[in-house]
Parts: sequence; structure tokens; C-alpha cells
Amino acid sequence: MNNAMGQTARNIITPIIAFLIVLALWEFWVRWNGWPTYKMAKPSDLWPAFMRHRALFLEYGWQTLWRTVAGLGLAVLFGVFLGMIMGLSRTMNAALYPLLVGFNAIPKATVVPIVALVFVGQHDFNTILVAFMISFFPIAVSVALGLSTLEPEYRDILRALGASPFTIFWKIALPKTLPEFFGALKVAVTLAFIGTNLVEIVTPHGRGLGHLFDSARINSDYPLMFAVLFALAILGIALYYVVVFLESIFAGWANRQGH
Amino acid sequence: MTAPGAGGAVPLIEIRDVRHTYRTASGPLPVLDGLDITINQGEFCAVVGPSGCGKSTLTRLIAGLMFPDEGIVSLHGERVRGPRKTVGMAFQNPVLLEWRTILDNITLPLEIVAPRMSREARADRARELLALVGLEGFEQKKPSELSGGMRQRASLCRSIVHKPEVLIMDEPFGALDAFTREDLWQTMHDLRAKEPFTALLITHDLRESVYLADQVVVLSGRPARTQFVQDMPIKGPRPLDMLYTPETAQILSVLRHQIEIAQGRAAEDAA
Repeated sequence: MNNAMGQTARNIITPIIAFLIVLALWEFWVRWNGWPTYKMAKPSDLWPAFMRHRALFLEYGWQTLWRTVAGLGLAVLFGVFLGMIMGLSRTMNAALYPLLVGFNAIPKATVVPIVALVFVGQHDFNTILVAFMISFFPIAVSVALGLSTLEPEYRDILRALGASPFTIFWKIALPKTLPEFFGALKVAVTLAFIGTNLVEIVTPHGRGLGHLFDSARINSDYPLMFAVLFALAILGIALYYVVVFLESIFAGWANRQGH
Repeated sequence: MTAPGAGGAVPLIEIRDVRHTYRTASGPLPVLDGLDITINQGEFCAVVGPSGCGKSTLTRLIAGLMFPDEGIVSLHGERVRGPRKTVGMAFQNPVLLEWRTILDNITLPLEIVAPRMSREARADRARELLALVGLEGFEQKKPSELSGGMRQRASLCRSIVHKPEVLIMDEPFGALDAFTREDLWQTMHDLRAKEPFTALLITHDLRESVYLADQVVVLSGRPARTQFVQDMPIKGPRPLDMLYTPETAQILSVLRHQIEIAQGRAAEDAA
């Protein structure tokens, strides 16, 4: 019990202390160099900047959040579907893999203006689309890999009883692939977040935290720019740990406890 | 040959002149070339032979997971045309599902074979088997919390939980240490005494084959044909001491010689 409490304290308190140390070093470094705020903001400038625009932070933060989650949701649906096709059929794997790699190799910054031209003014849609396009790749690849590397014995114990392919998929292949899936989802959630912000920063008359960052840049409001970066980091951490939490529920068994 | 019905010996599994060739990227690979095996109802048959001689192919043929190019595999005199619910399988890898408890692993075949059976009835059946193999108290453990021998015991429970007519085992004890293996041999006899099934055991261990089986079949090297059949003088459960009698030593030496022929090392003796 004592040990468990000590562990909780370590898991929560240690990162907070590390975070405070980084902030202190940052503050010290800027003050020591005597940099003005238009060159480099320091942590103590961020809070006033945030409070001045807190209504915008909430509104834009929400826009960034929901569009990221929507894009990621699409990426999960499409990625799992694609991964299933590629993992269960070698022909489809051979056909789709090079296409997928090629698509993934295209820098998504080049896709943003194309998407913006094709769907003019559909800002929400464009943002979700780019978040989706940037994040489905690791999900598809990991699901395909998980399914194709399933040992034949796992299939045979149910196949020998006449179980349908769907039953085998549902009872064995799918749960067995969950650890790989969540591993990929942790990468995908960050990618989707990058995709959302990319569109918000690059395309005009935008919404979201990316847009707030861009308008701060135009106004040379450096403390606000850094405050946005800070908010983005916090949102990113929150999204990441939501995935970690879901993983512990659905694929916690893969995390072997010492015994 | 015993006529069907005579002396209570009814053939359950019949394999007649089975031939099979795999088509691989590097050309055809014949694996079976004239396989003949008869296993009577309730009988325990062990199949031994050199590595890679097609023994695993044999298990898949009987399970109905694949079909031979030529020859007949039949159960109850009926040709095997696909998987059946009356078959149980166990492998060298226990293939337990890590996300399920031991109890839920064992009830897995019942979810397919008897979907209407109540959860409670399934659990009772699983507990009964767990008690039989000495795993009481481990129902709610995860497979990763068990030792290799215990996992293999659980795997055996799963393979017979739906009371299959035929139990097919592909080197189930191959990865265990010698003492654990002997324990499991004993467990195998205990299970057989309580749960009637007809068994086919693929093994590399001649002592295991003579201790467990009523009939030992030696296959030749690839492509495999039935090279030799040894009927065991003792049928059914037997004490471990049986391994150290002169009769058993005699049988072991005959089988070892047959394996050497199968491996091509004693070709001249055979000629």
C-alpha cells in the first residue's frame, strides 16, 4: 500500500517538478540575456497574454480539439478497414502497400492548398480531411501487420470447430491486434493534431488555435504566440493520455505485471 | 485386420493410401505418399517420424482443415469434407488468449459449439476439467501468470471441453522440461480415464509414444508413408514404471531402429 502510494506520488509529482524546473530555466535564460518580449517571451509573460484572450483560447481551443478528434475518428474507421483488407488478403496487401507508402510520403503541407482549392470555404471539412489524411497511415499499417502475423494455430483452434471467419476475427484476431492498434493510435493522435494546426495556420480566415497563433504572429504579439504554443502542448498531452487511458482499459492485458 | 464390431473394435478414423503434394514457389513438394492409419474408437494412437515428414499435415487432414490430393480420410466411415465440432486440437504452443482468464480460455470452444449453453454451465464444465488437471484456484488468472506446464494443462482442458470424439495433438509436450512432461503424461492418462476420446498424438519422443499410446505408427522420411505399426501390449492407463520393463525396452529398441530406417541412416540393414 505504502509502496503503491509512493509510486503514485512519483508518477504525478516527479513530472510536475521537472516541468517547473524547465519553466524556471526558461525564465532565467531570457532574463539573463535581457531579451525583450519581441525577441523571446518568458513564462511569466504567458499568463497575462492568456488571460487577455481567454475567451478566444476557449473558443479556438474547442475548435481545434473537436476537429482533431473528428479527423482521428475518421482515421481510425478508415485505417482499421484498410488494415483489415490488407491484413487478411495478401493480394490486396501487395496492391495497396506501395500506394499507401507513396501517399504517406507526400508532405501534407503541400496537400493543404490543394484541399483548400478543391473544397473552397469548407474550412471545418478541410481541416478534418487533412487531420484524417495525415493520421490514418500508422493505424492501417499496424492493423495489417497485426492481422497478417497472427500465428496459424490461433486461427486453427476455432477453424477446426467450424467457426466462421467473422467469429475468428471478432474473438481472436481483433483483440490480439489491439496492442498494436493502440501503439499506432498514440502516434496518430499527435499526427492528427499537427494536421489540424497545419490547416489552421496556413489557410486564411481560419479558426482554431492555429489561427490565433497566426494572428499573434502578424501582430508581433510574442507572448501570445508562446501562450498558444503552450495551450497546444497541453491539448496534445491531454489527447495523448486519453488514448493511454483507453489502452489501459481495452489492451491492458498486454502490459504484463511483474509476478 | 479386425472386422468392424469384432471385439468391440470399431474403426473411427481411417486413412487410406493418402497422398499429398504442396505447390511451393520452388516447385512441387510431396509430403505424403501412401499413408495408411486406422484408429479404433477410444484408441490412443501416437505417430512418430523424422522431422518435417508431414506429421502436421496429417493433423490438418483429420481436422478437416485441408484435403488430400489422393486417398481417403474418413471418420465413422464417412469422408471428411470440412471442419467438425467433434474435433479438439492442441499444439506445442498452448495458444491461450492473453486477454482472457484461464476459465474463459477453456470455455472458448463452447462459445462456438454450444452457443445456447448458459454461462454458468460452461464455467462449471471448465472448472470440472481444471480440477481434473490440478489447476483449481487458477480460474481467474491470466495465462501470463502461469508456468509453461500449467499453460499446456489449460490448453488440454480447452481441447476437450466440448467432449470431442477425436483429440488431435501436435507435439503438445515438446517444449516442456522432462519432469513436467512426465507429469503431463500422467495427466493425459487421468483425462482419458474420465473423458472418453479417441486420440492422435504427433510426437518426437519415443518414450512418450510407448507410455501414452495403444498403437504407435512410424512414418518414413518425406514424402511420408506408413512404415511400421507397433501395437502396444498394454492398453489404456498404465504406471510410469512400465517404461522401465524389459518388454518396453524391447519395443523402444524396435521403434528406434525403425526411426533410423526412416531417417535413411540404416538403409543397408533394411535392405
